[in-house]
Amino acid sequence: MNEVACNAAPAPAMRGPNDYKSDVKPVWCPGCGDFGVVNALAKAMAKMALEPKDVAVVSGIGCSSRIPAYMASYGFHGVHGRALAAGTGLKVARPDLTVIVTGGDGDGYSIGGNHFLHACRRNVDMTYIVMDNRVYGMTKGQPSPTTEPDWDSKLSPDGTGLREFQPLVIALTSGANFIARGFTGDPNGLAEIIEQAVRHPGFSFVEVLSPCVTFRPEQKEWKKIVKADALKPTADMTRAARRLLRDTGFELGVLYAGERPPYAPRGPRALRTPSELEARFAL
Amino acid sequence: MQSARSVSVVLAGSGGAGVMTAGNMLLEAAAHAGYYALMTRSSGPQIRGGEAAAMLRIACEPIECMEDEFQVLAAVDWENVQRFNAEIPLGDSSLIVGDPDQGNPPDVFLKSGAARASLPLKKIAKSVPEGRANMVLLGALAALLGLPDDAVARAVERTLGKRPAALAPSLAAVAAGRAAAAGIAVRFPLSPPPATRAPRWLLTGNEAAGYGAIKGGVRFVAAYPITPATELLEWMAPALAQVGGTLVQAEDELASVNMAIGGSYGGVPSLTATSGPGLSLMVEALGLAVAAEIPIVVVDVMRVGPSTGIPTKSEQGDLNIAVHGLHGDAPHLVLAPNSVADCLGTTQWAVQLAEALQTPAIVLSDQFLGQARSVVDRPEDFPGGCSRVTAGAGTPGYKRYAVTESGVSPMAIPGSAGLAYTADGLEHAERGTPSSQASDHFAQLDKRRRKLTAHDYGARWADVEGEPAADCAIVTFGSCTGPVREGLALAAPDGVKARLISLRLLAPLPALQLLAALEGVQRVLVIEQNQSAQLYKYLRAECDLPGRATSLHRPGALQFSPGEIRRHLLEWSRA
Repeated sequence: MNEVACNAAPAPAMRGPNDYKSDVKPVWCPGCGDFGVVNALAKAMAKMALEPKDVAVVSGIGCSSRIPAYMASYGFHGVHGRALAAGTGLKVARPDLTVIVTGGDGDGYSIGGNHFLHACRRNVDMTYIVMDNRVYGMTKGQPSPTTEPDWDSKLSPDGTGLREFQPLVIALTSGANFIARGFTGDPNGLAEIIEQAVRHPGFSFVEVLSPCVTFRPEQKEWKKIVKADALKPTADMTRAARRLLRDTGFELGVLYAGERPPYAPRGPRALRTPSELEARFAL
Repeated sequence: MQSARSVSVVLAGSGGAGVMTAGNMLLEAAAHAGYYALMTRSSGPQIRGGEAAAMLRIACEPIECMEDEFQVLAAVDWENVQRFNAEIPLGDSSLIVGDPDQGNPPDVFLKSGAARASLPLKKIAKSVPEGRANMVLLGALAALLGLPDDAVARAVERTLGKRPAALAPSLAAVAAGRAAAAGIAVRFPLSPPPATRAPRWLLTGNEAAGYGAIKGGVRFVAAYPITPATELLEWMAPALAQVGGTLVQAEDELASVNMAIGGSYGGVPSLTATSGPGLSLMVEALGLAVAAEIPIVVVDVMRVGPSTGIPTKSEQGDLNIAVHGLHGDAPHLVLAPNSVADCLGTTQWAVQLAEALQTPAIVLSDQFLGQARSVVDRPEDFPGGCSRVTAGAGTPGYKRYAVTESGVSPMAIPGSAGLAYTADGLEHAERGTPSSQASDHFAQLDKRRRKLTAHDYGARWADVEGEPAADCAIVTFGSCTGPVREGLALAAPDGVKARLISLRLLAPLPALQLLAALEGVQRVLVIEQNQSAQLYKYLRAECDLPGRATSLHRPGALQFSPGEIRRHLLEWSRA
């Protein structure tokens, strides 16, 4: 699917955002916020002059998780909820690659919630972009962990009655090294955030408000509510936590840019050949 | 006194008595003296400090299982030791050795009619500065078995090498135990060990599997602890680092298997190890590895199921889930090692096959093989290295899932220019683009099956032994192989002759090779350790077994013994 983009292979400096997109037509509804993420991601990759061959976009299942096939880089479209695990394995095994994990709120905060916690605390040097539309879109409109408690649906008539999941709070308390919120209606701002996230060492988490125009048409109003550049980066976790106490969920920008060293294998690494290990068994 | 070619001994006692340490030393002493040996262990339900039993068999020939009876049960004390009754069968020619100051042996052991001997272990230990009762017992047992002093001393020195202060008191306690045993009339001397001695190894099946994985090329492991697979992962952690690989501890088995798939997608041969409950969590991801054609190895060290079951005991109950547990039509590899040493070769082979065929491989080890500590001949070397077919950078018109004659399509590794594709669990066209077309589904299903069925697995699909001309055959797998082999030998003087086929490749089932090995057979007996005859039913479903095919199966917790197999074979031969 990516031959056209890759075989064209313009020199790195010459690559434009379109050179980072594949020729596969997205399955998304017209007006879906996720188109904005493809654009912003491509823009950020072009700005950083990344080699598409050295980038892997990894995802789980859901509307937004279709994104790997739409990029000209390597892609991995795995099972529901396990994108962070696959991305972690890939990055630890191949530290030379740029790994960008993508997905939605159901994939990342519900079925994959445990991996989100542990990816934050493990702090592997990769970027996690969650396209949050507060609904399961691929299965046609069920509440996700970030859905408002009173949102009426066939599966949860009169709403779930449950408090919304707080992705930025969870990320901060779990140890993510970079935390930001972007909006698909602001692709330039989002591209800048993604670029910072990819450049920042350790686990970078970008929550993207990405409206679902089909099942949550009211989200079209988000563009009127969001506040650009309302979050200012700090390396002080206490300040970031205080800032979150008055968060409305629509402030955009970088909340936290920490200084924790990224995950690295520990323990002695004296190199031997496999057959030297046999000494452990010999009598 | 007549010497024996095999002697079995138990060392038991309450927590902290050090019977495991003494058992390990006895095992190693036997190895230094030139014998083969096997040790299993059992302990109470306490996380730490409960009663424990070290069960050893020492023999002149290679051994793969325990015997029907123990000749010696020796205990430092008797607290809760009756708990191990079912695992410690004694006979009227056995000997129970105990410390008279610790009370009488439990009735369950006495009713065997075994002889008794008293050794005041704690008093003797007190007579040696810093002496310990377990070392006194070690010395006494070495004397009863006729193990030479220098072999025992070498074992003690190797174990205590890092604690020189403990060495002299331990050796003195061993000597005191040996002297005290002079008063015991009953002896169990071993026949002389084999005169020629090829290099031997002392290892567990879990360690062997870990080393086999590394020899096969594994350089990335994602780990989540679970009994009885944990030691495999713990062995690999430092070993993998030493060969330039990486192990990461995952948050659960869903993560560990997906991490391994991620690592392998990146071009690094990858593995995880688990047991039944973990395998249950992993099957969805294994289906992804089938569909996206990503090699990965999962070592399932089977334990008693279902659910939490009995984590510390062995059973061959995971064959069904390993072969049939994936949804959809998902052909993959299932292999089973049939001895402690074979855990090495079979795991290595599993890695090589998974890499060559770009598919997941499940290795069905079990608690017995994984945790039994064994003295074995140095395992045979199989050719190393991996053979994943990769695509060269810039291949024009590259199609990741190209339909090829062999079914294997060259895999692009991230970092290779001009080959970018998306690995996908969605059904796909040859380029990897998602497709819901029936024609793509047929073509991809077909290639994924063809690459497994068309592969030449060579002679390692099974170990075929026994009487090649016999008109009876036994088919088995895994840790049943040891007791079946020995039980068949025990039944031979009664006229029982049979071919023995121990399947190493379980899926895809090599039906043609199996039927060829069964050519001319009138009766087939399938032997396995589970309640529902999983292997028997699988074989009956996959191929037309010749003659009259019957099943011998029972659930786990206790391994088959050679005598138990012999009794069944005698009945079978008369039926």
